[in-house]
Amino acid sequence: MRTFMIRWALLVTVTAFLGFSALSSAQMTRYEQDQRLGTEAHVGNLTGHAHAAKENYRRYCVGCHGEEGDGEGENAVWLDPKPRNFTLGQFKCRSTPTGTLPTDEDLYNTLGRGLVNSNMPSWNPLSNQARIDLVAYVKHFSPKFQGDKPGPPVQIPPEPEVTAERIKAGQAVFQKLECWKCHGVEGRGNGPSADTLTDDQNRPIKPFNFHDGTRFKCGTSDQDLYKIFMTGLDGTPMPSFADNVKPDEAWQLVFYLRTLQPMQSKEKQIARQLGLKPINPNSTPTPSPQPAASDTPATAPATAPETSPAASPASPPPADSASPNPPQRK
Amino acid sequence: MRIWEQFRLQRKLPVATSSLTMVLVIFILVLSSPPANALPAFARKYGLRCSACHEAWPMLNYFGQKFKDNGYQLMNDRDAPIWQNPSYWPVTFRIIPLWHRESNNKVAVDTEAQSPGGPIPAERRISSSGFDLSGLDFHTGGTLEKNISFYVLPSSDATASFHFETVMGRLDNLFGSPWLNVKLGKFELDNLVSEKRILTLTAISGVYQTYHFRPQGDGNIFGQIGDNQLGVELMGHSANDRTRYSAALLSSSDGQVNLPYGSNAYSGFFTASQAFNVGKWGVDRVGAYAMIGVAPTSYLTLTTGGTATPIAGSGTGNRPYNREGFVGLFYFGKLDFQVVTQHGWDSAWFGAGYGDFIGGNAPNNNTPGSVLPPGFRAPSWNGYLVETHYVYSPQLIFIQRSEWERMSQQADPTVRSDLGNVDMYTLGYRYMPIMTSRAGFAWHNEYSWMRQRGISPVNSRDVSSSSLLLGFDFDF
Repeated sequence: MRTFMIRWALLVTVTAFLGFSALSSAQMTRYEQDQRLGTEAHVGNLTGHAHAAKENYRRYCVGCHGEEGDGEGENAVWLDPKPRNFTLGQFKCRSTPTGTLPTDEDLYNTLGRGLVNSNMPSWNPLSNQARIDLVAYVKHFSPKFQGDKPGPPVQIPPEPEVTAERIKAGQAVFQKLECWKCHGVEGRGNGPSADTLTDDQNRPIKPFNFHDGTRFKCGTSDQDLYKIFMTGLDGTPMPSFADNVKPDEAWQLVFYLRTLQPMQSKEKQIARQLGLKPINPNSTPTPSPQPAASDTPATAPATAPETSPAASPASPPPADSASPNPPQRK
Repeated sequence: MRIWEQFRLQRKLPVATSSLTMVLVIFILVLSSPPANALPAFARKYGLRCSACHEAWPMLNYFGQKFKDNGYQLMNDRDAPIWQNPSYWPVTFRIIPLWHRESNNKVAVDTEAQSPGGPIPAERRISSSGFDLSGLDFHTGGTLEKNISFYVLPSSDATASFHFETVMGRLDNLFGSPWLNVKLGKFELDNLVSEKRILTLTAISGVYQTYHFRPQGDGNIFGQIGDNQLGVELMGHSANDRTRYSAALLSSSDGQVNLPYGSNAYSGFFTASQAFNVGKWGVDRVGAYAMIGVAPTSYLTLTTGGTATPIAGSGTGNRPYNREGFVGLFYFGKLDFQVVTQHGWDSAWFGAGYGDFIGGNAPNNNTPGSVLPPGFRAPSWNGYLVETHYVYSPQLIFIQRSEWERMSQQADPTVRSDLGNVDMYTLGYRYMPIMTSRAGFAWHNEYSWMRQRGISPVNSRDVSSSSLLLGFDFDF
């Protein structure tokens, strides 16, 4: 009987110790997170406070992104692509160089825009204040935001005129950079490497199909597409080409990719006039020409250059959540 | 085994203590249930908790309103059914087992006193209570293809007698524009404060009195904007849903199928609204609506055995009516107010008891030679509705609603000016202990009280009614 009592007491003690340790550890994590509820976010005149977004996060976000922001919400298992793990501080849609933190405005715009081809909808029905508060809340999950600063936004030069030469040159860039290996020779997301791609969590991921929609993962405008080349989509196999591509080449690529999209555009109109055929991956790409300003203009009228939102990070937020993005192409 | 036996010897707790412990455990389990997560058919499709679209299910929040306005699409290019697992079947049922108590203070009953015509009636209060069921709704809706949506809702009463509450197909974003969406079928009118998404459930407060009010003796049932209607609707909205409009052409049939009333009787329903940011308080919205139409008052009849039976579909003699109102949704953080004011006007013919002769809601048939009683005028009235919600959390909401209906002109100039005026108050809460993206469950508790002026059947005094309801409102 005595031996039994001793064993029993030992068992209770060990269990209590392990339980307490686990609880303490959990409490520490919770304590740290509570400390981070003071995190702020700033876009223009708006200031977001993490603590103010607690209820909205629970209402709108927790089902996918999880209580701890780790992307392990109750529905995560059913979703493809998987929800973002905020604790890593790694985001696809940025105006900042690859490997750096996004600006608050990047996160704010992503919330308002949503992410096409995913379960992340546009949250622009929420008030501007609610969204900036949520940005602060998203930031509070990652220790990176406590110490590191966002990278400097990439500069987007003015958009040149769309010309037939630039479109042809863009096709050459498409071949030279081997975009076709993932996105396919026609940009249908069916390149030879497409089936082998994984994200940084080692989960299968599909390349973007340019024929599938009018929007890109991180926006709708030419500037948004330019930005994707230069910043890459962190956490995915889409790298940054900031070190490999000159601004002119990036614009040429933008114009060429526009010809692959389903909606009518001046690029598509020019491509039709040129009789542009898909690339032949086995041929040697012709060097990308550097068109002069006096290039033969396209039959379609040129648009006025637009200033990228990323080029002016201190610009005030949109008056209404309808306009965080440049106008959509139809 | 030895340890277990030792414990078992000492475990001679009294039954009362064990029961109390069990109740306590259940209570704690309920309170500590997972956090709130709507129409589960949509929630299952998108993986969003119901709280994402509903301020409190079934009432929509701004995100849910946008989702609905987009044709039940998130607009993320994954809305078409081709993106779903083939086993996904968008069906949700909803039913409410409940206990309720209904009380009416002036019901006509026979007394022992006799007159030559039979027993002399008197007025008594009748109260009854007991366990009961609501009707059953089978919701199915979603997309047939990108930008082609549907919604079908077979709905039953508590005896499982079914009808189609909603059946509609919708073409969304025509020409790529959110400003052009066309819906055809039987559908919920584009009310910002929608009765089909009402949070209150009692016999009194389960509808908006403002949307259904009819002057005493009025035979027009066709202007009830709380009812789903048959027709076609053009609707549009800005990209973020801040600006909305709709215009609907409706059969003047109050949503009843098989063309029971007349030919060429149509109504129009028009809405417009604008939402705006109010800083940290959230987003407010103001809007206006109008229903303008005509409805029949004359029907052909066939007399058999001395009883004249109206012939369905034969209605003519269209008379006009209209309803117009203003709506405001005002948010103050966790507190919000819904305000509706409505003005109603019916043709004097409706006021004189012509209108729905087919359904028996109008006693008179406007046969050739019929004339209005001397002095009869077009009745008009005003309604006011204020509903307040305090959203403690996505799982717990407190609800208050007050409604006042006031006659401004009686059809019959000889009756008291406040005849039929309504005051209605309701108070309740909904607690959703386990609401996931797979199912919804709410514990609902509510009390409602209503007074109608001068309508008691014997003495023409005020009638007051009350209703208390406790129930489990769940869907899956």
